Amino acid sequence: MTTAAPKRELPTRHAYGETLVELGREDDRIVVLEADISKSTQTYRFAEAFPDRFFNVGVAEQNMMCMAAGAAICGRIPFVSTYAVFGSMRACEQMRTSVAYPKLNVNIAVSHAGLTAYDDGVTHQAVEDLGIVRSIPNMTVLQPCDAPSTRKAVRAAVEIDGPVYLRLTRIAMPILYDDNVDFQIGKAIRLRTGGDVTIVAVGDMVFQAREAAERLAAQGIEVDLLDMHTIKPLDVDALLDSATKTGAVVTAEDHNVLGGLGSAVAEALGEHCPTPLLRVGLQDTFAQSGSYGDLLRHYGMDASHLVEAAQRVMRRKQ
Amino acid sequence: MARGQAHDVDSLREIARQLRIDSLRMIHLAGGGHPGGSLSAADLVTALYFHEMNLRSEEPDWPDRDRFVLSKGHGCPVLYAALARLGYFDPQHLDTLRKFGTILQGHPDMNKTPGLDATTGSLGQGLSVGLGMALIGRLDRRAYRVFVMLGCGELDEGQVWEAAMCAAKYRVANLTAVIDYNQLQLDGTNDEIMPLEPLEDKWRSFNWNALRIDGHDMPAILDALRAAREHEQGPTVIIAKTIKGKGVSFMEDQLDWHGVAPNAEQLEAALVELGP
Repeated sequence: MTTAAPKRELPTRHAYGETLVELGREDDRIVVLEADISKSTQTYRFAEAFPDRFFNVGVAEQNMMCMAAGAAICGRIPFVSTYAVFGSMRACEQMRTSVAYPKLNVNIAVSHAGLTAYDDGVTHQAVEDLGIVRSIPNMTVLQPCDAPSTRKAVRAAVEIDGPVYLRLTRIAMPILYDDNVDFQIGKAIRLRTGGDVTIVAVGDMVFQAREAAERLAAQGIEVDLLDMHTIKPLDVDALLDSATKTGAVVTAEDHNVLGGLGSAVAEALGEHCPTPLLRVGLQDTFAQSGSYGDLLRHYGMDASHLVEAAQRVMRRKQ
Repeated sequence: MARGQAHDVDSLREIARQLRIDSLRMIHLAGGGHPGGSLSAADLVTALYFHEMNLRSEEPDWPDRDRFVLSKGHGCPVLYAALARLGYFDPQHLDTLRKFGTILQGHPDMNKTPGLDATTGSLGQGLSVGLGMALIGRLDRRAYRVFVMLGCGELDEGQVWEAAMCAAKYRVANLTAVIDYNQLQLDGTNDEIMPLEPLEDKWRSFNWNALRIDGHDMPAILDALRAAREHEQGPTVIIAKTIKGKGVSFMEDQLDWHGVAPNAEQLEAALVELGP
């Protein structure tokens, strides 16, 4: 595992937009479809570099999703860009039937994951998308936490035979990894090794989890911390290894606790290794406008709440 | 079937008749399916697959082949019958329509059926898929053309009109939409459920080249397909007025034959009408 001290920060959507341009230079098959928010999703960079391979279809996500299917059938590797709310829900059945069912190499890269859309409010905060896309066969589901792992994830998505859902943040994320991070789809990255409690985190919540782990360490509680950047296929081996060792698990996701990482972890533990579990995330509620920090605090998702959850779940150990 | 080696009108009519017979047999054996929309589309599918489209059945993945997207996927029996007749797979498979383990799913699955260019059947999606194909064909500087067959009830879907706007934006002259306009949808007539007229005006206002023909008049179908091929300014839609259940008197224009399989007696009566 390679980490570097946080020295700067970047929204993961920016890392996505930059990597698309690199990929566009390397591989003629890459095309990008966009639904009128290229300045936000950062696909404008690709549009400037490769105007012939960029299709702005207007505010019409359903058409975009199926156009990408047609492009993939004809041998291209399309990226579809929009916000997570629209990619996963407005165009959901198009993704399911025209993309996932024929197992096409369409990469659905969506920004404004969860509360990272903060002051835009509920319309633009996707808190259901992981549950939706995870339940669709053939889908791979990724949410890297920082820019370097996002760059790796974008490249890995191209290599996957089948559709990938790549969840990106609106707001800047600290740089956690260096450029050589060993990002492999389906392989969790262990950020801390500890024997007292496991925290499984995804995306922006990795940073809350790191802070929580430091505070817990100060109390003498050692956290086994996993960056579960791949929600599907879940790294069950890494999860079970850790849960067996610690006997207590907390999940941390910027998403409803129904359907996303917490559910995936609960399913795996329930089937293979029943272990006390607490799921930190939105507790089956919509959020509201506000700063990212205020929202995390109010909805019980910041580092303090993770510390508390870890302490509570540890008391349930047998 | 490469364009130019095509059949004459009489041969095409005979092929269409055979496809109707095959479709009804398949649906009868399956005990389920959509006879009405298979029969209404039979002449259009015949004209495309046995005259207009550039294909190599011995090389189903030929990169320069014309593409066909059956957006009204429930009409697939007639398409399966055409593909079998062209040699994409053994016609014996036709007897397995909708049965467990079949290569002929209830709605088209491109990964199971040789010769299919897209997975379709969820209404409203096929024109977008075809548009994506057409844009890539142009980007790849390939000469292939893309045909998308839509049902009329399907035009209720908003996504069709998203695709229509977008196809006009990109002036994709290699994209042709063919509407099987039998004027019946599942719950009633188009006029009762969702009026579509003035339909040519709608497409023209979306900057499409719109042609209206009798979808059972083989020479008219061939003329329209040629006109679409020669129209280089943008996409063409062929609004083909058809009769649901065409060719079998007791099925024609009957709502009840949208999604019901004929029993043995009904099949026999239908085959008598369609001829030997």
